[in-house]
Amino acid sequence: MRKRVLSACLTAAIALGAPGAGTLTARAAGAGIGADQDARSVAKAQVEFGIEVARKKLWREAVYRFEKAAETDPTYAPAWNNLAIAYEQQGNFNDANKAYMKAVELEPNNMLIRQNYDLFKEIYDRLSRRTGR
Amino acid sequence: MTAFRVAPAASLALAALLAAGCTSFYEIGIETPIQPKLDVSSFQRVLVVGFIGGGSGEVDANMETVRLLRSQLRSRSQLNVIEAEVAPLADIVKQRQAEKAAAEPTAQPAGEPGESKMISEQELQEYEQIFADVAYWKKIGEEYQSPLIVTGTVYFAPITRSGIVELTSGESVDAFGRRQVGTVRRWMDRKGYALVPKLVFIDGRTGTTLYSESVREEILYDQSQNTPALSAYFELMDRYLPSFLNALSSQRIRGTRVLIK
Repeated sequence: MRKRVLSACLTAAIALGAPGAGTLTARAAGAGIGADQDARSVAKAQVEFGIEVARKKLWREAVYRFEKAAETDPTYAPAWNNLAIAYEQQGNFNDANKAYMKAVELEPNNMLIRQNYDLFKEIYDRLSRRTGR
Repeated sequence: MTAFRVAPAASLALAALLAAGCTSFYEIGIETPIQPKLDVSSFQRVLVVGFIGGGSGEVDANMETVRLLRSQLRSRSQLNVIEAEVAPLADIVKQRQAEKAAAEPTAQPAGEPGESKMISEQELQEYEQIFADVAYWKKIGEEYQSPLIVTGTVYFAPITRSGIVELTSGESVDAFGRRQVGTVRRWMDRKGYALVPKLVFIDGRTGTTLYSESVREEILYDQSQNTPALSAYFELMDRYLPSFLNALSSQRIRGTRVLIK
């Protein structure tokens, strides 16, 4: 577990240098795109609150917050990643799959998102085979 | 268990990320709910009637499987488990085939009832015709007030495999006082057991099959290790049980994910 978190941390650092992450950072930094920056700030606030409630196992509220964040800023990958986790926890597998795919699409080099998605896929693929989905 | 845990080993990298204005992350425990494979809400009772055992005679696959599944269902399902005599399904099939052979001289009997011939994995398939006998299962269902019937085949047999195995070659301490564990790769012959349970769930009201599933589990031991067959059987069944229980009740898979800010 320790190894995994370490590797995730390092890969996250690498991901920051990746084109997708760079674009987002530049966007958040402003460069005259005030509306985007506002949307990102609002989304971040929702995500932060979502994490807080998820840590208290209030997953329904977490889903609502992450949904709000993804809706406010659809280019914010953490919102989709967290939303996918919350959906997964609730057994909403199809929506979780869509949300993970969106997060991966936005930040293909983010290893934390990749790792989450891989773990989810193991379960999802097994269920899909069973139900012939 | 909800948790905010960052491994100490990662703290330096995390601090660097945070210092650089990087988003932080939280490892969190989740429990993924898996819906049951079968809707058993219309049943109050379950009858693990018996199995057709094949393979090694070291373990009575029929008796042991019935005993194990009944005890698991008693403690981990909402259904009332019917305690009834275990049906000798293999003998029933043999008897039917003998009767059929007597009526049609060209038909091949599978063996005499009670004869202790080992049934191979392939031969087990010939016995599976009994699961499609709707009238037979409906009759059993009527006898036990329309329960969910659990039956099937269980093949358990010794196996041997050869291949490269990674072994630990002992411990040593390096110049910095760190403990080192060496590994060596060696070609080895190993022995073990294979377990192939095929479970059939039958509606006791109609005699029809609701669902069936089959898996193959194998376990290998060092040649020098003397593991009793019964112990291997339980080890293998232990791997299969979550899947069996998930047929009747919802299960939760525990795992961790990373929430990102």
